[in-house]
Amino acid sequence: MKLRALTAAVLSAFAIAASPTFAQEGPQGGSIVVTYKDDIVTLDPAIGYDWVNWSIIKSLFIRLMDYKPGTAELTPSLAESYEISPDGLNYTFKLHKGVKFHNGREIGSQDVKYSIERTTNPKTESPGAGFFDSISGMEAYKSGKAKEVKGVVVLDPLTVKFTLTRPDATFLHAMAINFASVVPKEAVDKAGKDFGKKVVGSGAFMLAEWKLGQQLVLKRNPDYFIKGLPKLDQITFQVGLEPMTALLKLEKGEADFAGDGIPPAKFLQIRNDPKYKSMIIEGGQLQTGYVTMNVQMKPFDKLEVRQAINMAIDKARIVKIINNRALVANQPLPPTMPGYDKDYKGYAYDIVKAKELLKQAGLEKGFATQLYVYNVDPNPRIAQAIQEDLSKIGIKVALKNLAQANVIAAGGKPMTAPMIWSGGMAWIADFPDPSNFYGPILGCAGATAGGWNWSWYCNKDLDKRAQAADAMSSPAKAAERAQLWKGIFTDIMKDAPWAPIFNEQRFSIRSKRLGGSDALFVDPVRIPINYDHVYINK
Amino acid sequence: MMRYLLGRLSQAALLLLGVTLITFALLYILPADPARQIAGRSATAETVANIRTQLGLDLPFYQQYGRYVTQLVQGDLGRSYAQKTEVGEVVASRLPATLILMGAAIACELVIGLVIGIFAAAQQGRRSDDVVMMLSFVGVSTPQFVASLAMLYTFSVLLDWFPVGGYGEFKHVVLPAMTLGLLGAGWYARMLRSSMIDVLTQDYIRTARAKGASQLRVLMRHALRNAVLPVVAMIGIDIGLFMSGAVVVESVFGWPGIGQLAWQAIQQVDIPIIMGVTLVAAVAIVLGNLLADLVAPLIDPRIQLR
Repeated sequence: MKLRALTAAVLSAFAIAASPTFAQEGPQGGSIVVTYKDDIVTLDPAIGYDWVNWSIIKSLFIRLMDYKPGTAELTPSLAESYEISPDGLNYTFKLHKGVKFHNGREIGSQDVKYSIERTTNPKTESPGAGFFDSISGMEAYKSGKAKEVKGVVVLDPLTVKFTLTRPDATFLHAMAINFASVVPKEAVDKAGKDFGKKVVGSGAFMLAEWKLGQQLVLKRNPDYFIKGLPKLDQITFQVGLEPMTALLKLEKGEADFAGDGIPPAKFLQIRNDPKYKSMIIEGGQLQTGYVTMNVQMKPFDKLEVRQAINMAIDKARIVKIINNRALVANQPLPPTMPGYDKDYKGYAYDIVKAKELLKQAGLEKGFATQLYVYNVDPNPRIAQAIQEDLSKIGIKVALKNLAQANVIAAGGKPMTAPMIWSGGMAWIADFPDPSNFYGPILGCAGATAGGWNWSWYCNKDLDKRAQAADAMSSPAKAAERAQLWKGIFTDIMKDAPWAPIFNEQRFSIRSKRLGGSDALFVDPVRIPINYDHVYINK
Repeated sequence: MMRYLLGRLSQAALLLLGVTLITFALLYILPADPARQIAGRSATAETVANIRTQLGLDLPFYQQYGRYVTQLVQGDLGRSYAQKTEVGEVVASRLPATLILMGAAIACELVIGLVIGIFAAAQQGRRSDDVVMMLSFVGVSTPQFVASLAMLYTFSVLLDWFPVGGYGEFKHVVLPAMTLGLLGAGWYARMLRSSMIDVLTQDYIRTARAKGASQLRVLMRHALRNAVLPVVAMIGIDIGLFMSGAVVVESVFGWPGIGQLAWQAIQQVDIPIIMGVTLVAAVAIVLGNLLADLVAPLIDPRIQLR
């Protein structure tokens, strides 16, 4: 389940020097109000892993690597430059000099080492500990046999070297993920287990005030190492607000950005109202909604049955049901992901052929089964549409509407959930790479008790091909690697363990005074918004 | 009196222990794994196993519960799985808002409910009685979500009298308290009306009228005092209800009460928080009822505590 692979041709055996400053548009100053329904549970970068805190942590801390704003393109951040050895096993990062934590202390390579060791220390209970498994000596450290991670070496106060056990094409992504954020040891020691509430980082914003359960105020970090950033002086987060209330606040000018987007019930009205035209931003996101079919359970062990279900679901109608907030999908990868096959046709909607396939499987009279679904709108409505579609080929589907945690638990239990609709399991893509869509949800590693491969599909041959793709860390082979992934995913569709339904589009809404290029509001890495670069229109 | 109190309190302690056992058991058999919920999709099996061990979720039920109760007796509510903070601190941060809304909402309910109840009882059988009783019925059956949004839209957006949700100043509490008050007043009105009607048929009311007491004097002085007892008991129950949170009204108005906390904790299977909130609600229900029982003899000297 390790996520490793390579997106862009950024890896090379020579040093890449990059300046983190690029042309900045928009004036500096002013403050905004952002609303969320859910509370901010923690801002500890080793722990935070949800919709609300992910992008806030991005702006409170910095990491060796980052992405160009609004894109999925890797760029050095705290690292001034880096060098990769020809065998792809050694990464040497040179840090910017004079970058300071919010407490005024300068950041050194020791802090990088400390932060990685803190995240991977079992006592920290970090959900992201697994992202760093390719670093040499990690196993011994995690099991307590070693006091430090041998593969992270401080060469001098501004140089740190990582040694890997295998070429890992996603390693630079791992250095850009929130779990790799650099934290000051003295502040962690002082706050103890409460660091998540008393954070000290080095990002564009710093903590000013936090009233638990009510509001969080961030103010500009005057010493931020990227000149000209952030644009805003202050961001106030108001939590505990229904999306509907947030919209009213936005209309009245009491808020500038609705973190949870446009509530489904108001979507059509707002979309068609010219008043809102300039406030709505549409963008793709790295998400696919799919139905899993448990290949270990009868009759889904039969390929014909799985194919028939792929053909019997009217995906276009489902997209209409959710007010066209998505595009019809025919493969696991979303269109913006490297490796997406735009020429692949998939299983077209065809009831006659679906019936034929069921007949071939000896099930012309149909059968009864269950579809598990998260009980929050619009998922039950989508499940009902699937239920109706499948009844047309004689399959009687009973719906199991459950709380999110219960659907997840059923999916990870062997021989329990014959079919699951994946919608509403709102996970943010960890980083933009096709391997993200394989290992945990379609590979053998995820097909275990407690895993996320709810089809329980395990193809050893594909696993080998995935591993081979993961190991291709040479930039010259980036195109070849994408090609490999493309083949893996279309071959998966031959076995049809999923019925891919749609790729969700994201619609953000902001106040008219909040400026910044559209890409910042549909940033693939800083979902839902890139706080560092947005500004107040003057 | 002291003996009565001690008796009630020791009963309460047993009751609370029972509540913790049942809640804990229910959460234990729930087919959701907190460790996986925390770890997310990309976590390795090793990561999930580690989180489970660190939280002690791999221990058998009696050990987990034993550990919880031992901590609880020492005043330690445990640490939140998701927030990694003391449950006591998290719950305490929600108490001021919860108490303010509770006080304001019950005040609204009482003012509206008592006025309507007395009026309806006095007008019993007439058309005006039917009308206000129907209105109170509409009040208690309106979904909180609809009522909250309607209030918000009318008074914050159209009339611009109040801010759209939030917390901190007097102007923030008005709308949520009014919403809860309008919706809940019906219960009080109906209860008071029927108990007033009972009282109004009593002999001493006739005597009072025969003495020439005015209608207002009869209602307020002779009838209300005797009819108000069930209302007091109801306030006791209401305190318990509000302490477990007004989830919907809180989230529409962005009110940082305990209901929101509970709702989010349930989504995240954050067992220590769920336990903490349940305990607070249970304590409030126990105390609310106790309070109502203690106040009763002050209103009606015929009642004795034993």
